[in-house]
This record gives sequence, structure tokens and C-alpha cells, in this order.
Amino acid sequence: MAVYKQTYRGYDGPSTPAWSRFLILPRYAFEEKRRSKFFTMFFLVTMLAPLIFALIIYVEHNLSALKMLRAGQGDLIPINAQFFQNLLGWQSMMAFFLAAFVGPGLVSPDLANNALPLYLARPFSRAEYVLGKMSVLLILMSVMTWIPGLLLFVLQGSLEGGAWVAQNLYIARALFFGAWIWILLLSLLSLALSAWVKWKPLAGGLLFGVFFVAAGFAGAINAILRTQWGNLLNLSHLIGAVWGSLFDQPMHRGTGAVFFRVHGEETPIWCCWVALLVISAFCLYLLSRKIRGAEVVR
Amino acid sequence: MQPVIELDNLEVRFGERPILKKLNGSLTGRAIGLLGPNGAGKSTLINTLLGFHQPFSGTARIFGMDIRTQAKSARCQLGYMPENDSFIAGMTGVHFLRLMAELSGLPAEQAMERAHEAFFWVGLGEARYRNLGTYSLGMKQMAKLAQAIVHGPKLLFLDEPTNGLDPPARARMIQLIQEIRDRGDLQLLLSSHLLRDVDECCDEVLILKDGRIAAFCNLEEERRANRKFLELETRGGNGTFTAAIERLGCETACFPNGRMKLVMPEGVEIRQLYALAAEGNVQIRRLNHKRDSLEDIFLKAMEAPNGGV
Repeated sequence: MAVYKQTYRGYDGPSTPAWSRFLILPRYAFEEKRRSKFFTMFFLVTMLAPLIFALIIYVEHNLSALKMLRAGQGDLIPINAQFFQNLLGWQSMMAFFLAAFVGPGLVSPDLANNALPLYLARPFSRAEYVLGKMSVLLILMSVMTWIPGLLLFVLQGSLEGGAWVAQNLYIARALFFGAWIWILLLSLLSLALSAWVKWKPLAGGLLFGVFFVAAGFAGAINAILRTQWGNLLNLSHLIGAVWGSLFDQPMHRGTGAVFFRVHGEETPIWCCWVALLVISAFCLYLLSRKIRGAEVVR
Repeated sequence: MQPVIELDNLEVRFGERPILKKLNGSLTGRAIGLLGPNGAGKSTLINTLLGFHQPFSGTARIFGMDIRTQAKSARCQLGYMPENDSFIAGMTGVHFLRLMAELSGLPAEQAMERAHEAFFWVGLGEARYRNLGTYSLGMKQMAKLAQAIVHGPKLLFLDEPTNGLDPPARARMIQLIQEIRDRGDLQLLLSSHLLRDVDECCDEVLILKDGRIAAFCNLEEERRANRKFLELETRGGNGTFTAAIERLGCETACFPNGRMKLVMPEGVEIRQLYALAAEGNVQIRRLNHKRDSLEDIFLKAMEAPNGGV
């Protein structure tokens, strides 16, 4: 109907499938982010490391290039679990900055502008809202972490042959699951902070606080009480330890990005898993308290 | 006629505090007014029907769909205009409406088309590409109405729709609500403090007091029932005119300054009164249908102890 008729009319046309509606939120968020030059630049910069890693893999398998560098295959940088762990560590650090930049803008403006009743008065649940908002981070961080990681693994496998792939399949598994653990934790944390702090810059700052202040606090506990259990408060330590077990390579100094190095004694891995689960459950609880159509004043 | 909303022992508590106390009723009107003093539970009732609050006991049904078990299906039929300022930051008006329509299940193309239509319909066509944050309060109210109808709901919840509007904007809002009501394919639940808004837009009214239903009244029937009660103000009237009216079968009561009240029996029309006045050379300066105003109904409900119904 033409707009000039200017009258109200009902709608009896087709509907989109209910399961797919949470994807509307990331689509709109990406439309908005695309307009930000800073975001586009930042995102392109995060792709530099995978390109460099791809170049290394290529050079390692290019005899003329190796001859030119007067090196043998595997002499430059060995393509092994540690290589991929380094990639994951670096990209995950970039993902952290992205979460601090994008995460706070996801929920806090909706809370500040009282937009939640508008979303939740529709056939759209709280879980779909959280999933939709989380998808923005999940998609962006996936593109930065495990997707380039697996592409590099495929590149290396195609150049090295089937035997290498069979022998190192655990690297692909570790890349995939290791990245997802980090992505989920980071997404939940940034959404929970964004839901509790309505001011965007403060929510972004708090995400840094949770990592660095908690790490400092953990270090202080360890030093004062001469224990290792303070590490349970240090998120980067927990992730580093879990990655170490997945890659079958401890994350000591020199491994992965600076964020995820495990210092001092290692904490039992099951304790790290439990701590990560508790933190995630706490974030979900915070979100369930805040993401409501109407606030209840008891 | 299928009830629009059925309340079945609906009780809502916030912690230990009961807010809605065992509400029962069946609302069938095209436009239902929800009245009550502050804290009576109007917004809680709307929020519960929308699924924002879980009932402590009992339930409610919207078009026969239980809000406990079929909340999502029920919400497919609903449009909601919240009382407070509500919008999504950093979006243009038409972008906002498109998002709202898509979240209600409309495909992107239809959502865009209807977003434009809704904006034109509420009179914001020229401002649809402006950022919502730059809208005046009146424009935001209109944008809220537009987002509530953009997906073509069957039942519209309007929570204080004329809040903060100047008289012309209020008149425009009331006109839009009446237009929606008169189309007949969309039913309304209008919550307001302003009796005049409810009186102008609604044909049924539910009055809440302290979480209970204090009164439920069909305004349309009330209007019909009271059509025969008249108040007249005459000039030049005398006993002859009163006697002539009484001969028609009217009951009359006379007051000083030519004022009189009368009840007309079935079959007597107002033009007969004018004819008698013309014969007796009497001027009828004012003629009002006297009925219980919504204000009378509201005040009676508020005076009743412990709610009422």
C-alpha cells in the first residue's frame, strides 16, 4: 500500500521463523558498526596476525624462499602446537579489546533508554534477546580467533599432507574449543557488565578492571598467603591453564600472548574448569536479574 | 463473542506483597479502559498480561491463550505502547520501527514498508529519517504508538498514551486511537489517569483499586440507558410548558431560573419537546443528556469499601 493513503491496516502476510529472530539483533548491530571507521580499521588490523602466520606457513613450504633465506624446512619457525597456540593467544588478546569496545554498547543503551519492554512485549524472549546480543560478539570474535586458526590449520595440512593432519588433529580441536571457551566467557562478562553499568565507557573500563585488577588481587593473595589458589580469581591464568591442557603444551612464559601466560605453580586443571563455570553461571545470573521487561520493586 | 481478556483468579505478588488480588473477569469490549489511582495495579496488570511478571496464582487468557503456557503466541497478537520514554539509541525513526516489525516476525521488506506507513499514519512522515534521540516528547509518544501498531497486532495495550502531550497533540493522539478503535479489527486496552481520555476512547471500563476490581462498567450500555434523562434550561417557560411535557408522559422536576430535569418515556423524541416549546413560545437555551459521568462511576468505585466487585 502506498504511504500516501495514511491509514492504519492490519497485517496478515507471511512471518519469519521464530527460531531465526534472534539473528535480527546482530544484523542491526553490524549495520551500525559498519558505519564506524575506527571499528572497521581495528577489525582489519586484527587480521594482520593471521596473514603473517599464513605467510610463515607458506615460506616454510616454499623451497625457493627457504633457499633464499638459507634455511631448511622447519628451521625458521616450527609449525606445531605452539605455533597455533601463539596465534590463538594473540588473536584472543585482540578479541578482548574488541569485546571492551563493542560489548558495552550492546545492552547498556537499551537499559538506559528503557528499550527492553519494546523487545520483550513481542514474541521475543529474554533468552533470545541475550542470545541475539551475544551473537554480535560471538560472530565477531569467531571471525578473529578460531576461523582463521582453522583456515591456517587447513593450509598447513594441505601443504604438509594427510599424515600431518591425522597426527595433529588435536591442534584443530584445541583451537576450536579453546577459542570458544574464551569467546563465551568474554561475551558473558561483557554483557553482564554492560547490563549492570548503564554508562558505556564505564562498562568497557570495568571489563579491563575485571581482568587486570582481579589478576593483581590474585597475585597479592598468592604472595601473602604463599598459595596458588589466588589464581582462581585470575581469568587469564584460568584460560591459559585450560588452553595448556587442550594443546598439551603448558602456557609458560614465551607461549601465547602476554595475557594468557601461566606464572608460578599450575593450578589443578579441574579447578580452573570449575572456576570458569562458576564465573559464567554468575554472569548468567546477573543477566537474568537485569534483562526484564519491567523492573520489580519489592 | 470471544473474550479479549479473561482474568481467572489472577494474583501477582512482588515478594510477599500482593499487588493484584485474585482478579476475575471477562473483557469483551472493542476498547477497554483501565482506570485506577496510583498503585492500584494498572501497570502491573498490563505487565503481567505481557508476560513481564509471573502470576503467583491463577492466570489470564488473551484471545483464549493462557499467559502462563502460551505467552509467546499471545504476544504475537499484541502491540504495546509503554508509559515511559522508551526507544533504541542511535537509530532513525524508520530504522527503529523496521527493527520492531522484524522482531514481531515480519519479513524485512514488509517491515520496511509498514515502518514507513506507520510513520506517515501517526503524522511523523517528514521526521522518519531523523534520529529518535532528537524527537520532542510529543513525537516520541507518536513514535511509540507507531511501533506498537507497525506489525498489525490484534490487541493494543496503551499505557498513558497522552502523557506529556500538549492539547493539540493530545487531540491528535485521541483521534488516532478512535480511528483504530472504529476500524474494528484491533481491540484496545487503554490505561490512563485521565478520565476524559478513557471516556472519549473506550466502551468498557475496568476500575482497579488496591489490586482489586472496584468496578467494571460497560460505558456504551451506560450511555444508552441514560439517554432518556435530560436537563433543560429554558427561557420564557411557565407552568403550561411543564404541563404539556407531562402530558407526553415525562416525569419532570423544576428548578429556579428555568432549569428542569426530566425523564422521557419510550417513544417520546426530543423534537416533540422542541415542538411544544415552539407552541408555548418558550426558548430552550440548553439541552443535555444527563447521565452518570465516568467521573461519577469512578468516584463511586473509589468510595466503595474493599474494592467492590
